[in-house]
Amino acid sequence: MKKPAHFKFRLYVAGDSPNSAQAVTNLKALCHEHLPERHEIEIVDVMREPKRALTDAVSLTPMLVKLSPAPIRKIVGNLGHREPVLQSLGLKS
Amino acid sequence: MSRKKNTPVPNPAKAPTGIDGFDEITDGGLPRGRTTLIEGGAGSGKTIMGLQSLVNGARFDNEPGIFVAFEESSERIVANAAKFGWDLVALQKKKLFFLDVQPTPDLVQSGGFDLSGMLASLEAKAREIKAKRIVFDAIDVVLALLNDPVAERREVYRLHQWLLARGFTGIITAKAGGYETNAANRPQLSFMQFMVDCSIALNHEVIQGVSQRNLRVVKYRGSSFEENESPFVIGSAGLEVAGLRYMGESRVKVSNERISTGVARLDTMLSGGYYRSSSVLITGFPGTSKTTLCGAFAEAACARGERSLYVSFDSDANELIRNLASVNIRLQRFVKSGLLLTKSARMTTASAEIHLMRIRNLAQINHVRCLVIDPLSALATAGNEETSLGVAQRLFDWAKLSGITLVCSSLLQQPGPQVEGTSIQVSTISDTWIHLNYMVNAGERNRGLSIIKSRGMSHSNQVRELILSDAGVTLADAYTAGGEVLMGTMRWEKERAERAAREETHVATKLSQVTFDSEEALLEVRLKAAQLELDLKRAEKQAMTRTATNRKEELLNGSTHLRELRGMDAA
Repeated sequence: MKKPAHFKFRLYVAGDSPNSAQAVTNLKALCHEHLPERHEIEIVDVMREPKRALTDAVSLTPMLVKLSPAPIRKIVGNLGHREPVLQSLGLKS
Repeated sequence: MSRKKNTPVPNPAKAPTGIDGFDEITDGGLPRGRTTLIEGGAGSGKTIMGLQSLVNGARFDNEPGIFVAFEESSERIVANAAKFGWDLVALQKKKLFFLDVQPTPDLVQSGGFDLSGMLASLEAKAREIKAKRIVFDAIDVVLALLNDPVAERREVYRLHQWLLARGFTGIITAKAGGYETNAANRPQLSFMQFMVDCSIALNHEVIQGVSQRNLRVVKYRGSSFEENESPFVIGSAGLEVAGLRYMGESRVKVSNERISTGVARLDTMLSGGYYRSSSVLITGFPGTSKTTLCGAFAEAACARGERSLYVSFDSDANELIRNLASVNIRLQRFVKSGLLLTKSARMTTASAEIHLMRIRNLAQINHVRCLVIDPLSALATAGNEETSLGVAQRLFDWAKLSGITLVCSSLLQQPGPQVEGTSIQVSTISDTWIHLNYMVNAGERNRGLSIIKSRGMSHSNQVRELILSDAGVTLADAYTAGGEVLMGTMRWEKERAERAAREETHVATKLSQVTFDSEEALLEVRLKAAQLELDLKRAEKQAMTRTATNRKEELLNGSTHLRELRGMDAA
C-alpha cells in the first residue's frame, strides 16, 4: 500500500463565534480519527486578519480549505455533518 | 448624468439615490444610516437599483460604497452596467468596491455557518475606502444555503445590526415573486420587511407582449412617500421612475405669453394663439388634418427660432415633411438648420413608459421649447391600455414643468357623428382642445374645426371650415343657415347667392329710383299744365266778368242817355 498523503488544512474562523468554535473542534476530531499523524491545521481568525479573508476570497465562515493534497477543496460550515466532509476530502472508502 | 434641477432640497435624513423620480416619491431618497429592502422577482431590476444608488452616492454625494454580490459575479455585474455609462471602472479604483460571495457549485457545505467573518472583512474594507453605503445583492441566495429558518433569521438580524451600528446606508435586495406572493411564503423575508426602515417592491409584468415595470414603496418609517405604484423603466442611464407627483408647492411657471398656432385665423379664434407652456390636444378621425395643424404649429415655432421636436408615430419623418410641404408647411429648412428635430417612432413596440422616457430624454438633451406628439393615442396600443393615461398625464405635467408647449393629436377610433371623446382620456387635462370633424352635407365631406375648450382665454364657439390648399392652411368664414354651418360647395353657393342678391337689390333700387323720377317728372308736367289751364280759366273768367260789367254800364249809360235824350228825370 502506498504511503498515505499528508493533509494540509487552513481553517478560517470568525473569532470565537459558536460555528467557528464548533468547526475547530469538529476538524480536530475528524483528523484525529481519519488522519492521525498526517495532518497540519492552520487557523486564520478573520476577525484579526480581515484583509486576508478578502485576499483569499473567503466570505462565509467557518471555511475549511484543503490545500494539499491536490485538488484544493473548500468546505463551508461548522463541519457538523461528517459525511459530506469525508466525501469531499476523499477519505470515504 | 447630472442631478436634475427637479430634485427636492437635500434632506439630511435621506441618502439621495440619484434615480430620476425615486428621490421625488420618497421625499429625498433612502433613509440615511438605515437599511432598505428591495424585493422583486427575477429580472425586476433589484440589482440595477441597488447598484445605481451606490454608484450615484459615490459620484454625486462623495459617499463611497461596497457592493456585496451573492448571486451574480461582480465581473458580470460591471459588464452589464457598462451600458449605463456609470464609469464603474474609474470608480472601482477608490470609491467602489465589489465583494464576490457567490457560492461556487463545487462548494461543499457541512453544518451551520454565519456571516460574521464576512462582516469583519467588510468592516476593514469600509474603513479603508470610507464607505457610507453598502448593498447586499440577493441575500436570499446565501440564506437558502443556510436552509434553517432560525439561522436565516439570526444572520439577517446580524447583518441588520451590523449595518445600523456602523451607520451605513444599507440596501438589501431579495427575490420575491412580485407583489402577490410577496414575502409571505418566505418567512425570513417577511421578517426582514418588519426589521428594515424602508421597503420597496419591484414588479415586472408583460401585458400583451409589452413590458410594464412598477415600483412601490411598501413602507418608509418616519417619512412621507408616494404610496401608489409608480411605473419605471430601465433606460440608457439606469432606472427612471415616473415620479413627477412631487408633493409640495407648485413649481409651474404660469405664462401669459401667446404663441402662434401657425394658422393666422386660428390665432384669432383663440384671441392670440396658444399660451406658452400649455398643452393642446387636437382630436379627430383619420384624415381630418390633425397632422397639418401639428405641422403648422411646428413651423411657426421654428420660424420664431424655437427648438422643436416632432414625434410622429404614424409616418416616417421624411414622408411627413414631404406631405406637409403640399400644404405649404415647409419644415425641411428647419430640419436642415437643426431647429426642428423629428423622431419617427412608427410601429415601435415599446411600453408607453419607454416612449415617454425617450421623448423626455430627447427633449431635455436638446432643450426643446415646443413639442409635437402625433398622435398621442399611439401610446394606448395593445398592452398599454392601462398605463397610457398615467403616462399621458405625466407627459403633460412634465411638459408644463419644463416650460414646453405641447401639441398632441389624438386619433378617434370610431367615427360617429357626435363622438368627441378621446381614446386616451386626456381631454380633461389638456388646456386647449381642438376638435376636427368631417361635416357631411349635400354629398361632400368638409373639414370642420371647433374649439371645444381653451382654459383662460376667450375663444370663438363657432365651427369653422378648415381649408387646405397649396397656399397653406386657413379657416373659412362660417355661414350659418337654418341652424347649420355651411361648408364646401354649400358655403360657396351661399356666398354666390348672397352676391347675386346684393346685385339684384342694387339694380332694383336703381330701377325704382328711375321710376320715381319719371313719375315725379310727369306729375310736375301735369302740375304745370294744370297751372296753365288755371291761369287760362282765370283769364277767361276775368275777361268774361269784365265784358259783363261793361255791358251793364253800357246799358245803364245807354238808358240814361236815352232818358236824357227823351228828357226824363234822372231818378
